[in-house]
Amino acid sequence: MMEKQEAQDLCQQVLRRCRQAQAEVLLVAEDNHLTRFANNTIHQNVAEKNLSLTVRYILDGKVGSAATNRSDADGIDQAVEMARQNALASPPDLNFPGLAEPAVYVEAGGYDDRTAAYPADERADAVGVVCRLAAEKSLNASGAFSTGARQVAVANTAGVFACHAGTVADFQVTVMGNDSSGRAQASAWRAGEIPSEALGREAIRKADLGKSPRLVDPGEYAVVFDPYVTQDLVAMLNYHGMGAQAVLDGRSWMNDRIGQQVMSPLVNLWDDGGDTRGLPAPFDYEGVPKKKVEIVRDGVVLGPVYDRATARKAGASSTGHAMPPNQRMFGPAAGNLFLAPGTAATEELIASTRRGLYITRFWYTRLVHPRDCTITGMTRDGVFMIENGELAYPVKNLRFTQSYLQALADVETLGSETRLLVVEYSGMATHVPALKIGRFNFTGVTV
Amino acid sequence: MKELMDRALDFASRRGAQYADVRLVDNRTQTMAVRDGNVETLNDSESAGFGVRVLHGGGWGFASSCELSLAEADRVAELALQLAGASSRVPGETVDLGPPVDSRGTYQTPIQVDPFGLPLEDKLGLLMAADSEMARVPGLRVRRGNLTFIREQKWFANTEGAFTEQTIYETGGGIQATAVGNGEVQSRSFPASFGRQQVTAGWEAALAWDLPGNAARIAEEAVALLTADRCPSGIVTDIILGGDQVALQVHESCGHPIELDRVYGSEAAFAGTSFLTTEKLGVFQYGSPQVNITAESLRPRGLGSFGWDDEGVPAQSTPIVRDGLFMGYLMSRETASRLGKTSNGCMRASGWNRIPLIRMTNVSLEAGDWELEDLIADTQDGIYMETNRSWSIDDKRYNFQFGTEIGYEIKHGKRGRMLRNPTYTGITPQFWNCCDAVCNQNHWVMWGTPNCGKGQPGQIAHTGHGAAPARFRQVRVGVLK
Repeated sequence: MMEKQEAQDLCQQVLRRCRQAQAEVLLVAEDNHLTRFANNTIHQNVAEKNLSLTVRYILDGKVGSAATNRSDADGIDQAVEMARQNALASPPDLNFPGLAEPAVYVEAGGYDDRTAAYPADERADAVGVVCRLAAEKSLNASGAFSTGARQVAVANTAGVFACHAGTVADFQVTVMGNDSSGRAQASAWRAGEIPSEALGREAIRKADLGKSPRLVDPGEYAVVFDPYVTQDLVAMLNYHGMGAQAVLDGRSWMNDRIGQQVMSPLVNLWDDGGDTRGLPAPFDYEGVPKKKVEIVRDGVVLGPVYDRATARKAGASSTGHAMPPNQRMFGPAAGNLFLAPGTAATEELIASTRRGLYITRFWYTRLVHPRDCTITGMTRDGVFMIENGELAYPVKNLRFTQSYLQALADVETLGSETRLLVVEYSGMATHVPALKIGRFNFTGVTV
Repeated sequence: MKELMDRALDFASRRGAQYADVRLVDNRTQTMAVRDGNVETLNDSESAGFGVRVLHGGGWGFASSCELSLAEADRVAELALQLAGASSRVPGETVDLGPPVDSRGTYQTPIQVDPFGLPLEDKLGLLMAADSEMARVPGLRVRRGNLTFIREQKWFANTEGAFTEQTIYETGGGIQATAVGNGEVQSRSFPASFGRQQVTAGWEAALAWDLPGNAARIAEEAVALLTADRCPSGIVTDIILGGDQVALQVHESCGHPIELDRVYGSEAAFAGTSFLTTEKLGVFQYGSPQVNITAESLRPRGLGSFGWDDEGVPAQSTPIVRDGLFMGYLMSRETASRLGKTSNGCMRASGWNRIPLIRMTNVSLEAGDWELEDLIADTQDGIYMETNRSWSIDDKRYNFQFGTEIGYEIKHGKRGRMLRNPTYTGITPQFWNCCDAVCNQNHWVMWGTPNCGKGQPGQIAHTGHGAAPARFRQVRVGVLK
């Protein structure tokens, strides 16, 4: 990662070339490494170093943008010129909220030197332990161990300069047998906090327990969810309606429900870019400081997160949740979400269930109906029938079609242990517990 | 360019790499989006860099960088070797890449009009014209339109003597109308959902879609869907899928399970595995005799069309399903060798900073001999469904549930009332064995899927799927309570 002054100098180089125009520059520098394994061997081992500069050029209300991954003078000149040409070709942007104003940014933390420079051999050795444990049980381990660093800086001609560097490590393992599988995952901004061997043992235990699964009929069941499933509930609620654009468009699950109790009083959900239990970020991609935003308090929906454009339309203030320019058409989104835990261990959630399903992971979840956040998807990597408070037998995978809003209304208990999990592809961090839900609708089975 | 690539290969060879390749990519992408008559995005982006892949000590390593310099070529090659060394700490079976690949040549997507040579105002004008047509329809909540143009220059070289240069052009675009009311959110998209249709072609493709000419129709349909009858739920009936939905069905339930890396478990943790295991090759009745599927990277306009894949293997055609019988896989050099075959050129990386993975090229359902009107007339009782809205399938690609934006009841051979929220579900081989009719070449379109996710770190591939409307007998429809 470059020094803060170096990042500022680079941003200023871009802004100086914009001359009399209003302008904003976003710098993202990344250095990422990932060791991937399958069939108890490492089959992919990759590294990437990249930098991007995105310029927004504003001339008489007209907005154009351009991005480059070159940081030399010619590359910057070309990017600025493309942004200028795009602004000139555009009609005035009636929704442009103006540039962010200078602000005070707190040091968010979340950077670990050792994680940024984590040795490939150590990733390989951690993977090797898990592969050996799986092989000893005649099981097959696969997954990925990633470590990396990311630096984000935002500067504009109104005087904003914000810079933050963070690290992230993530370990995912899936262990498969002939007719069973188990999975475990943990994320952290300190790679040293990743319990790779324990994760391997967790996945192996589930794969062991899952042998010879039985077919059960679809229908409504009480369910106990591992945090990996809770993550999906929280992530889908975020993607499909936690941002103000979805609310303004009328397609959010929040529409007509703000201020109402629509979830269990046990549900408390918030986003906090300053909380180092997640992956902290002190400001958004417009340079606005992130506020802690309560999304749901005691089951009552309080409201969405905003960027500057949606805040202007809604007559609200930005909460610091703007996305990068290439994703801004989707509107703002939460990035460091927390679901408050309860007091029960997962074993207690199972013990308190007379009949139901213990589910360890969801897969390929997709929106079916937006207003109720109705989702379809599959179970994967471990489903177990609970009878009289005990795991009775493993179950073949099921398809569900269920309103996640209703599911959170039917929450009966939350687990006491929370886990930080980074969502694949989006990079969103969630800090979530296990859940017990009174009823959940399964609509099909697979072989 | 060539000097940097030679430098990286020389470095790897001198350090004892068994094999190395280098890809240098320069990507230019222009995107523009209009929302409710306002230009929401007008952006150009350039991304250039190179990646070095080495096989060393029995392990694979890959490193990449955006810094195009000879010194960086050395550093990146060295890092790739280090990563290969780390891989060999948890060794697997010996890698066999099969016959050497020494392809040489150049390739460029055939285009009529270079989209980057046109005035920006012309391109924005097309979107604005479509927006104006949608705006004439009362009752819409959101109007959107977008265009995407890509020019990707790519150079590939390996230690076996290959050196290829390619320039791939893509043009994408689409419009969407959304209406809200009656407890519903209903969208109609054209030509395809999730943003856009996309093909390897120039500006001529965007004009041929006639976005303005279809704008009012989809706007009216979106509004009408708010009060349309709900699609029946929990019934079993015949369905006819529009060509765009057939393309999605091919992508998810055929394209992914024929990826040989999935079959061999390389993607088990993330994308999943496949029910099409190798003992089924040549003997498994995947579909009915009407089902013929081909993977072909030579088809005009397909997003999987190129000169060579990212291992330097030439573009080619592979029969996947013939008369319903499962015949072939998408393969890399390494996986093909394990199966006793040679690669059919399906290794593709999403950019300079990603390793190539087995990806779909153009996996297409071949045209049948029906006119759509005749097919509807031949259907006594059923539902016509068009334009994907929701898609989910299990990790072996067996159990799926898909939804479309719009449906129409078919009664006594006639298309009847509009239906909202149609969904259908099934098990892949059972479903394809229920296919009894595919429409003819008049209805066959090369659809693009520019959003196919796979791999860790994630890669978004652009794949092509030729398809025409098709009928499937006795399918389970509707799951909503």
